[in-house]
Amino acid sequence: MNWEVVIGLEVHLQLATQSKIFSGSSTRFGAEPNTQASAVDLAMPGMLPVLNEQAVRYAVLFGLGIGAEIGQRSVFDRKNYFYPDLPKGYQISQFEQPIVGKGSFTVTLSDGTTKTIGITRAHLEEDAGKSLHDAIPGASGIDLNRAGTPLLEIVSEPDIRSAEEAVAYLKALHTLVTYLGISDGDMSQGSMRCDINLSLRRRGVSEFGTRTEIKNVNSFRFVERAIHSEIERQSDILEDGGVIIQETRLYDAERDETRSMRSKEVANDYRYFPDPDLLPVVLSDETIEAIRATLPELPEAKRERFKKQYGLGDYDAKALCDSQAMANYFEETANAGGDAKLAANWMLSELAAQLNAHNIDLGQAPVSAQQLGQLIIRIKDNTLSSKMAKQVFDALWQGEGEVDAIIDQRGLKQVSDSGALEGLVNEVVAANPDQVAQYQAADEGKQKKLLGFFVGQIMKASKGQANPKLVNELLNKALK
Amino acid sequence: MTASIRSLAADLRQGKTSAVELTQEYLQRIAQFDDQLNSYITLAPDRALTQAQAADERIANGDASLLCGIPIAHKDLFCTRNLATTCASKMLANFVSPYNATVVERIDASGAVTLGKTNLDEFAMGSSNENSFFGVVKNPWDLNCVPGGSSGGSAAAVAAELCVAATGTDTGGSIRQPAAFCGITGLKPTYGRVSRLGMVAYASSLDQGGVMAKSADDCAILLEAMAGFDPKDSTSSDHATTHYSEQLNESIAGLRIGIPRQYFNEQLDPKMTALLQTALVELEKLGAQLIDIDLQQTALAIPAYYIIAPAEASTNLSRYDGVRYGYRCENPTDLQDLYVRSRSEAFGEEVQRRILVGTYSLSSGYYDAYYGQAQRARRLIAEDFAKAFSQVDIIASPTTPGPAFGLDSKTQDPVAMYLEDIYTLAVNLAGLPGLSMPAGFYDHRPVGLQLIGNHFDEATLLRTAHQFQQTTDWHIRRPSLISGGKA
Repeated sequence: MNWEVVIGLEVHLQLATQSKIFSGSSTRFGAEPNTQASAVDLAMPGMLPVLNEQAVRYAVLFGLGIGAEIGQRSVFDRKNYFYPDLPKGYQISQFEQPIVGKGSFTVTLSDGTTKTIGITRAHLEEDAGKSLHDAIPGASGIDLNRAGTPLLEIVSEPDIRSAEEAVAYLKALHTLVTYLGISDGDMSQGSMRCDINLSLRRRGVSEFGTRTEIKNVNSFRFVERAIHSEIERQSDILEDGGVIIQETRLYDAERDETRSMRSKEVANDYRYFPDPDLLPVVLSDETIEAIRATLPELPEAKRERFKKQYGLGDYDAKALCDSQAMANYFEETANAGGDAKLAANWMLSELAAQLNAHNIDLGQAPVSAQQLGQLIIRIKDNTLSSKMAKQVFDALWQGEGEVDAIIDQRGLKQVSDSGALEGLVNEVVAANPDQVAQYQAADEGKQKKLLGFFVGQIMKASKGQANPKLVNELLNKALK
Repeated sequence: MTASIRSLAADLRQGKTSAVELTQEYLQRIAQFDDQLNSYITLAPDRALTQAQAADERIANGDASLLCGIPIAHKDLFCTRNLATTCASKMLANFVSPYNATVVERIDASGAVTLGKTNLDEFAMGSSNENSFFGVVKNPWDLNCVPGGSSGGSAAAVAAELCVAATGTDTGGSIRQPAAFCGITGLKPTYGRVSRLGMVAYASSLDQGGVMAKSADDCAILLEAMAGFDPKDSTSSDHATTHYSEQLNESIAGLRIGIPRQYFNEQLDPKMTALLQTALVELEKLGAQLIDIDLQQTALAIPAYYIIAPAEASTNLSRYDGVRYGYRCENPTDLQDLYVRSRSEAFGEEVQRRILVGTYSLSSGYYDAYYGQAQRARRLIAEDFAKAFSQVDIIASPTTPGPAFGLDSKTQDPVAMYLEDIYTLAVNLAGLPGLSMPAGFYDHRPVGLQLIGNHFDEATLLRTAHQFQQTTDWHIRRPSLISGGKA
């Protein structure tokens, strides 16, 4: 392709405060319409906003998490426009003096290379309500439960050059904010929404092309698809000698295309000015340092530590650090089981598969890290073969009790006593003279295959409890 | 009756009267005189009598403040639970708030009795109380004259003794100017001294609730009940309040009073100059020292105010959109129509004018030239005052250019109307406390002397006015309307 894509992302992150940014109403998701809207949220006459300090702390945590400049004096502005879901007729946001200034963020791509993406700024603002167009026949309803929910709008530099980079950036951002505990990052509930600014330019050209803005995309997959489809649309136009119109577009996932919003208010003048109802937010060095002291270990540092401390490879370290819950679970399992590599393997294969199959989060998993650790102990001390271990794991998942109890109940002890196994081996060899003859006549490649037959017979005779490694050794001896 | 809060409180304790009797007496006076004045928008007789009964119980139990059982009124810009809050606008003519303003809450807690809600210029925008959806208010001293505005209803009601004291709000002079025109005492406290929660916003960075009563003593008692930090108003101050009413008797000997040359110049009506000069001499006799000062940035006040206030108003009033409460036009065809007609039909002319001016001055491309520039002017004005207060304790000036003007004499000329506020606006821009006290009569109409204090120094203003009122009787004169011809 002749075209280079230039992308900047604006992420609206819902902060995980208990109450709204300027009122005491709950921010809980999913309540009956307008049951979480106070007089302040309804913009009743004479009502005044009071800033939620937790929202400020969360914004500062984010800024510190990306090493950004923290605005020691930030100002809330009114962004004026009329819309029924905006009760005051203005949104309280931050315009000229945001709480978080320039920072940057490094993401790892699938080929292992890294890419640093600049953050222009991040500012606090309140969310609007929702218009419900199908709740009331012949009329639109307004639900103001969401009005006043705190948002952190994170604006990236136009540093992103592909859909893959965009998604990697969003995933890394998602990981960071959940580590920081400042958002649940639940995209299905709108906790993280993304506006995509996208333009194309001919390779080698330094000026940016005309951009479009794709509003409110709310999943990683849709971001990827929206970018691909918008690239295609823009390049088709440009290839045909057309021009891109600067406009706001919507991504329609069903048709997999972006569509112009055709809004009349193209040249909206928001008449920003400092909100006289709120004082500037002034943060002392001490306050900022006190917030810094609460920073948890961040994903990048944790990955490095996992590699060093537990000898994990890049892939395992990254996979385990994608969420803090995963990383914590891993550390607990590794410590309990005494084998980090096994812990990582079990989590990324068996556990991950089960979580996937049941579509649940780690937090809801019926197998605790302690239990998985105990299972690993029994693998390491040869009590369980890996096949048996899988059975025990399934039993743990079904809630059948603790590891050792399951082993006892199911009689799953692996037989590793060579004296006992030797008898079995000899019996099987004696009972199958034809196969023995075949084996002895075969070349090495064929022998391996035939060996499987004997192992199978022995495992069957031992009801699956023979230690397969030992059986192999004994068979090799007996068949020579 | 010219009853002070202290004398009434004493009567109540001595059983000479009861809160219920007092309330009935005031309700009767309102029935008798308010047809001529139109100072009240809403009366709350049942509510008042219930409050009065409770007050009588508290007084009997010996657990009552000075204000307990005293009939007062609220400017109809303060939200009152279960009692209409109209802001004198068609927009809110049907609005009853589910909450009390902090000011109302605190005054209720003191046991005072609320007789009703007083008239004002719509959303507090005006200097004559002629911009009310509920009709003009008339000056008790001369029914052909305006009472001033925007707290014209409160001023007229206090002057005509239709309540003992009243709340007001002051964004550019809305307490002081009507106080001067109606011959009463009015105090606009320091910005942040009184909570704005539940006080319907006009221009948030300038609005301040305050008190209106016959005397400084009454004002001090009412202010004490209202003032103080409110965690629900981010702009309210946690600066400690003082017992204003207990410091009134200290002498003002040695008090340095600044006399700004720019306020007492040749542009001031010579009759006003002479009247106010007499008042200043009175203050000198009480031991105060008059010191000439300069407030060079005074000329900036009117242009700065008439940019900043409409700008803030234009967005403060965006919430009145016909969607959730208040006026909604009939049969809107679509959303745009709902907005346009609801607002065009329900906002009065002056409100619409200020919304338009404010919207214009905040527009991109004009912001720096208007709003930005006005904010710079505002800072200069504040610095001007700060410099003056390094030399003097308070500043004295006319409250208004002249006495109350005739009804309808300035309604066709908004700029002439805006010039009425020339002496009061700068005080709001600087966030300072300002008081107007009766200082004489100009052709049978009262005039006021304005006292401006340093931030949070309401006590000195009240004390100066109180001392002045110990040796003058302007504040206890009664309009002939209610005195039956005897002044």
